Order: sequence, then structure tokens, then C-alpha cells
Amino acid sequence: MAGNTDTHAVAEAGHGAADAAAHGGGDAVGMPQLDFSSWPNQIFWLIVTLVVIYFILSRVALPRIASVLAERAGTVTNDIAAAEELKLKAQEAEDAYNQALADARAEANRIIGEAKAEIQAELDEANAKADAEIAARTAESEKAIADIRANAVASVEEVAKATAAEIVAALGGSADASTVDDAVQSQMKGA
Amino acid sequence: MATEEHSEGLVFHPMDQFVVKPLFGSAGDPVHWYTITNVTLWMFLTIVAISALLVLGTRGRAVIPTKLQSVAELAYGFIYKMVEDVAGRDAVRFFPYVFTLFMFIVMSNFLGLLPTAFTTTSHLAVTVILALAVFLTVTITGFVLHGSKFLGLFWVSSAPLAIRPVLAVIEVISYFVRPVSHSIRLMGNMMAGHAVIKVFAAFAPLILLSGVGVLVTPLSILAITAMYALETLVAFIQAYVFTILTCVYLKDALHPSH
Repeated sequence: MAGNTDTHAVAEAGHGAADAAAHGGGDAVGMPQLDFSSWPNQIFWLIVTLVVIYFILSRVALPRIASVLAERAGTVTNDIAAAEELKLKAQEAEDAYNQALADARAEANRIIGEAKAEIQAELDEANAKADAEIAARTAESEKAIADIRANAVASVEEVAKATAAEIVAALGGSADASTVDDAVQSQMKGA
Repeated sequence: MATEEHSEGLVFHPMDQFVVKPLFGSAGDPVHWYTITNVTLWMFLTIVAISALLVLGTRGRAVIPTKLQSVAELAYGFIYKMVEDVAGRDAVRFFPYVFTLFMFIVMSNFLGLLPTAFTTTSHLAVTVILALAVFLTVTITGFVLHGSKFLGLFWVSSAPLAIRPVLAVIEVISYFVRPVSHSIRLMGNMMAGHAVIKVFAAFAPLILLSGVGVLVTPLSILAITAMYALETLVAFIQAYVFTILTCVYLKDALHPSH
């Protein structure tokens, strides 16, 4: 039933189309493409259109697009060249930096060496001075000690002579001073 | 019968869209060569669209392009490379001519896809002139550049001597068939798709008239959508095919030796 209705509808519609084409003003009869009465009109306007488009393109659009593309290609090339140059510069800067670093290190080492040597020299000098002073002081001290010892010996001799004379006197003897002195001296030498 | 009343509403005029009619005045007026018709209107719109894309779109001349400028540059690069690759470096002087053909055809095809539009490239008159222009350009260029040596195009020197005359006849015939196939291919593709869409469209209002419309209407709308997608593809491909064939023929004119 449904299919039947459909075919009816199509048939009727086709009939209607034919009717419309028969008495409708602008409706198509067959292929409008083969209605040669419209060809001069289409060909005329086509040629006008193509000439207009050709002039718009060849005079305005294409030179403009070509220049934009060329400019872009130029810009890109320049940018790449500039980038290359900057890279080289960066490389140079890095080299210079490394060189400077190495120089600074060498200089620092040299300065450290110099300072060490100077300090060593000063130290040596101070040591020598101190040694000399110590030696001088030692000598002085030894001399003082020797003096003190000599004085002490003299005092002992004197005391011994006096004591000996006193002892002799106390024992009831009399001794002359020179005899006592000789005796003391010979004793002290023996001691 | 009820169906007869309903069917009055269903109209099939798939070819009406191709009728050339005057833009002003009544429908029955004669179409003279100078009459302003719907052809004039849609060709004018083609010029407007091409200018908008290629002139307005590139007015910034930006090194970093806008979207429209990118499209214009893409079209330029696409056709330039095609001419260079297919027809050779010395064919670049024909580039503005080839680009004009491509832009006209591709814009007309796309504008023709707008509902109620008139598709200028669906007419034999238009495609015949386009194809004849290419044919004449190729033939004249060939003879101007190579003189009688251009006839070597028909003399297949790589074939055995005995069958060369036969091949020559075939080559000559195929050479003269070129503008025919060149024009009918474009016109046929554009006309057929649009007519089919119109036929499907005529089925679409069936739901208002009959019970089967519940099934037919969604199907026809789906079919219209699918056909429209296909036609969008065809619109570009046919412009591409026409242009690349133009380049192939130009190559014959510039380098006729086989």
C-alpha cells in the first residue's frame, strides 16, 4: 500500500512537472544547457568575467602575494643568518670567558705563590732575628753567671781566711796572715 | 483518491536551477547577449569573492599572515607549484592565466553550492569556452614556439615505424577530443550533482502529504546532506582536474617531443 502511494505520488509529480514546464514561463524544458539561445549571453559575460579576474589577479593580487612570499623568504633567510651569527658570537663570548677564567686562575696561583714566598721570607728573617737575640741573651746571661760565680769564689776565700785565722787564734796559736792565706789557697785549690 | 490530492504538492523541477533568465523584467523576456541575467549576477559574485580573498585578504601584506591571507597564499602556492611541476619551469609565464582559470572555476563551483544559487560552471557554454581557450592557447603556443616541429607531438618516434601512422591518427583524434572531454567533464559533474540534490529535495516535503513521508523525508534529508558533502568535494576536485589538465596540455605545447 505504501509503495503504491509512493509511485502514485512520483507519477503525479512528474506529470505536474511536465505541465508546469509546458506553460510555466521560465521553467526548464529538457536541459537548459542545450538551449543555445542563452549561449551568446553566457559567453559574453564569461569573457567579461575572465578578463576582469585576469586583470585583478595579474595587476594586483599576484604581484602582491609574490612580494609577500619573497619578503617572507627573505626575512626567514635573514633571521637564520642572524641566528647563526649570534650563535658564533655566543661561542666567541664563551671562549673569551673560559680564557679569562683560566687567566684569572693562573694569576691567582701566581699571587698565592708570591704571597707564600714573601711570608716565608719574613718568617725566616724573624726566626733569624729571634735566634740572634736568643744567642745574645744567652751569652750575656752566661757572662753574668760567670761573674756571680767568681764573686762567690772570692767571698768564700775571704770568709775561709778569716774563719781560719779565727780558728787558729781560738786554738791558741798565732798564725801570721800570709801563712793562713797560703794554707787556705792550697786547700781551696785542692778542693 | 486521497493520494491524488496530496501529490499536487510534490514538485520535481531538477533542471529549473540551470535556466538562464533575465535578472530584471518579467520571466518571459528574451535573453540577448547583453542582457543582465542570473549568469551575470553569479559571475559578478565570483569576481567579488575572488577579489575578497586575493585582494582584500592580502591587503595587510603581513609577513605573519592572517587566516584569509594564508588561504590566498595557499592557493597561490598550490597552483604555482602545479604549473612548475607539471608543465615545467618555463610554463611559469602562463601562471596568471592558469590561476585565473582555477580561481574562476573553484569559486563558481563553491558559490554554486549555496542554496538557490546559479552554478555558472554547470553550463556547457561556459565550460566549452574555458576548454576552447585552453585548446587554442596550447595549439598556438605550440606552433609559435616550435613551428612545424610541434606536429612531432603526433609522431610517436619511440614506436616502430610501421605503426607510427596509425598512432598518429589516434594521437590527432585524441588531441581534438581533449577540449570536448575537458569541458563536458566539468559541466557534467557540476550539473549531475546539483540535479540529484534537487531530486532528493523534492522528496523531502513528502511527510506533509503522505504517510510514507515518515520514512522518505528523513532518508531524503540524509541523502541531501550526503550529496552536499560529496558535491563540496567534487567542486574542488573538478577545479583541480581542469587546472592540472590545462598544465598537462601546456606541457605538450612547451615540450612537444615524446
